[in-house]
Amino acid sequence: MPDRPAIWNFLLGRLSLSSLPLDNTIVVWTFVAVALGGAALMAMITYYKKWGYLWHEWFTSVDHKRLGVMYMVLGTVMLFRGFADAIMMRSQQAVAFGSNMGYLPPHHYDQIFTAHGAIMIFFVAMPYIAGFMNFVMPLQIGARDVAFPFLNNFSFWLTVSGVVLFMTSLFIGDFSHAGWLGMPPVSELKQSPGPGVDYYIWGLQLSGLGTLLTGINFVVTVIKMRAPGMTLMKMPMFTWTTLCTSGLIVVTFPILTATLFLLSLDRYIGTHFFTSGFGGNVMMYVNLIWVWGHPEVYILILPMFGLYSEIVPTFSGKRLFGYSSMVYATASIMILSYLVWLHHFFTMGSGADVNSFFALTTMLISIPTGAKIFNWLFTMYRGRVRFTVPMLWTMGFLFTFTIGGMTGVMLSVAPADFLLHNSLFLVAHFHNVIIGGVVFGVFAGINYWFPKAFGFRLDEFWGKLSFWFWQIGFWVAFGPLYVLGLMGVTRRLSHFTDPSLQIWFIIAAFGAFLILLGILSFVMQIYVSIRHRDRLAVGSDPWDARTLEWSTSSPPPPYNFAFIPIVHDRDTWTDMKKHGYQRPMEGFNAIHMPKNTGTGVVLAALGTVFGFAMVWYIWWLAVVSFVALIAVAIVHTFNYDRDSHLSAEEVSQFEHNGNWEPKAQGATA
Amino acid sequence: MSVKRLRGLLLLLPALMLSGCNLVLLNPAGDVARQQSDLMIASVILMSLIIVPVLIAIGIIAWRYRASNVRADYDADWDHSTKLELVVWAAPLLIIVMLGAMTWIGTHQLDPYRPLTRISEGHPAAANTQPLEVEVVSLDWKWLFFYPKYGIATVNELAAPVDMPIHFKLTSTTMMNSFFIPSLAGQIYTMPGMQTVLHAVINKPGSYRGFSSNYSGHGFTDMRFRFLGMSQHDFSQWVAKVRAGGNDLDRQAFDQLNKPSRAVPVHYYAHFDADLYHHILNRCVDPGQMCMDKMMAIDANGGRAAHGNASDKAMSGNPSMTAPAHDAAAH
Repeated sequence: MPDRPAIWNFLLGRLSLSSLPLDNTIVVWTFVAVALGGAALMAMITYYKKWGYLWHEWFTSVDHKRLGVMYMVLGTVMLFRGFADAIMMRSQQAVAFGSNMGYLPPHHYDQIFTAHGAIMIFFVAMPYIAGFMNFVMPLQIGARDVAFPFLNNFSFWLTVSGVVLFMTSLFIGDFSHAGWLGMPPVSELKQSPGPGVDYYIWGLQLSGLGTLLTGINFVVTVIKMRAPGMTLMKMPMFTWTTLCTSGLIVVTFPILTATLFLLSLDRYIGTHFFTSGFGGNVMMYVNLIWVWGHPEVYILILPMFGLYSEIVPTFSGKRLFGYSSMVYATASIMILSYLVWLHHFFTMGSGADVNSFFALTTMLISIPTGAKIFNWLFTMYRGRVRFTVPMLWTMGFLFTFTIGGMTGVMLSVAPADFLLHNSLFLVAHFHNVIIGGVVFGVFAGINYWFPKAFGFRLDEFWGKLSFWFWQIGFWVAFGPLYVLGLMGVTRRLSHFTDPSLQIWFIIAAFGAFLILLGILSFVMQIYVSIRHRDRLAVGSDPWDARTLEWSTSSPPPPYNFAFIPIVHDRDTWTDMKKHGYQRPMEGFNAIHMPKNTGTGVVLAALGTVFGFAMVWYIWWLAVVSFVALIAVAIVHTFNYDRDSHLSAEEVSQFEHNGNWEPKAQGATA
Repeated sequence: MSVKRLRGLLLLLPALMLSGCNLVLLNPAGDVARQQSDLMIASVILMSLIIVPVLIAIGIIAWRYRASNVRADYDADWDHSTKLELVVWAAPLLIIVMLGAMTWIGTHQLDPYRPLTRISEGHPAAANTQPLEVEVVSLDWKWLFFYPKYGIATVNELAAPVDMPIHFKLTSTTMMNSFFIPSLAGQIYTMPGMQTVLHAVINKPGSYRGFSSNYSGHGFTDMRFRFLGMSQHDFSQWVAKVRAGGNDLDRQAFDQLNKPSRAVPVHYYAHFDADLYHHILNRCVDPGQMCMDKMMAIDANGGRAAHGNASDKAMSGNPSMTAPAHDAAAH
């Protein structure tokens, strides 16, 4: 506690003026930039009087499509933050050789790689997949919303709470330097007495709760709310992968919550679960965190597999090859992903039998994954492949991910892992599958579903430019890391002595710069497309696609479907088109929808305050905000005003005025 | 074709591109690392059997069935073929069965806990060989090496005679590190209160890089040391040099050394307290601390209530019961 009158310590805990990192010029300038940018944004919203619109139409919305879009925006904003960290690491490693210590001392560098990893996984990849699942899945199964719409809004705002705490750590106090998994003993109080690890813990506890609720929500939605006729084996692949991923979330995220809770007990009340001494066992944390952590990477990749399985058939003009084999592959990956966690620490001395078991289970995963690659290949076979932007990203994925998969199997060969573990080869591998699989998928999906969400498609030129910068930039950035890994260079180093390594780091930094151009091209693509939205306007089905979301207008009405479709075939929309489906223009019924509510925002805001109070030991505030949180939750259960009714006339208006037909040449892409 | 020849072929391409950079993991100087490396290369070759055709097929199929090529056949409803699906599942399965068998055998043969049976390819270890014993401790942020047989200890420098099996026992004071000399053998973690084991041998004289490969805090980046592979003669001279130039590693000196420090220069100790490693491992270098092995032995026998202990008789429920505590090794 700072040295000052006790009342201040009571009121502010360990927070004081010296908690502000005023001595760090990089942080100060970042703060100035963020503050100016934020103020400008707020001023603009105020000037255009958009606060009411944002609050009523977006923040309080329980509409899965709006929440999906907000998740995508959140993921994109955090992509900039995570990528800024990446650029800083790449440039530090490119210059810090010999007598040059670079511009980041270890104390700062260590926070950056921790923040980069944690943000990219929890606040970029996770919001993106949650966004896709939110937007697409209910439309694909012919539902009007998810099973628990309010919970869905609450989940989103909990994710935002985590983001707010992570971002606050940049300007008040510092961030964890214990790596993205917060490994003890580095994350224990003795080694990290500052607020950094506590920011990490509470940020993840809040957003992790949100993710868990999302998982529950989506499992129930897929099980209970499918349109009549849609049996499990008639579900679109993306819905299947959403179901499997949500199942994984429900079973794994409680492990993360429990593990972080035990760590916080160590830090707050002096228990010894994971400490170095007093009976604590570091290995227990390592096991627990990877029991969550390994399924987590499949949580990220499975929805992307589903997304590619929608894009490839659409742009090949063909049914998906080997649908049931895809379903079984997805389900077996889901189950196998629980049986491989120890491959993250073969080198911890588990013994040959244990290591062999986990090596073999890991390799087994490559069989269903390989089958999937073949199935996409055979879907293109005898097709008519249109190389649109989503399809380009998919092709990039097929090449990149296959190679990443191979280096992954190399790492699963336990004796080889003794050489490669923690090396830059490993870093190159997981970026190979996460960028090649998840990030490419995100851009494929954004380009694919954007027209559905907004009624105009994204500009092709900037989309292609973005793709090529990313694709080439990826190999230029991570090819050298593979080489460095084979040269026996380990990760997380902030300084090097061997000058022969420098050239590779410089090449890698150049690759990161190319990726930056890719990201900027994406921003340009969005900007140009919004400017030219009239020219790029499309109707309900711009890609001649196959699943139900393309049967409704772009953007879809709040209730998605005026009449719940009846499903006869797996590619429902293709089937409907083949049988000359005519959109009904009369005979509409009133539709009952859930009403928007601000409770999610309020709860998450209280959660953020609680997290902040815990980080800074402001106990009175923690108690007050926690009690308020519970009280608001209870009060909300007595709120019976949760229905909103759309009359038959309103539905009719939507159906007649909605955006269905192509209005411009741009539609025939 | 032997792995050796395949290695030559495989190295040709990168060798052209990377002339001048040392891919130590593909050409290590120690037999254990070499076998691990062979297995890694063999796995790449095995997987290339399926990966390379797939990569080529992706390109060919995508190009052949491009929308503008109207001459290619088109079948919008072709979505199933039992034969192809069999291939789709069987081909990766076959590769994985082979790779799995290799991995199972390799994992057991190259288990770091298993004493070496060979010095290098074609040279089995003599039955009566006494390996060089080295006890390794990772401190914040440097490496301490004990040579019990010679009674010497070093900081951030390790030496061993070529072609002599080395038996490492490893632990850590507070943080989790990973002991890695890429030229010698695969890495192994060092963890507080626990002991890991590594068997290895170096086959060529030289000076090699060693370091921690698991992040352990701010000084981690400087946790490097030199590993010297030497002839038996040079090694004896090196031992003599350490004895001559070193001071005494007693508890005070260790406490001094144990303070967190970065980029520590090489340091020699001509003598050390005989049970120092044991005390570090059992977290009782501080005389006020009970050693973990002792505590575990007491616990295993029913706890303090059953076993009054000289140092805490006051807390003991029944001081008359003074059965001796078993000194169970933590290893």
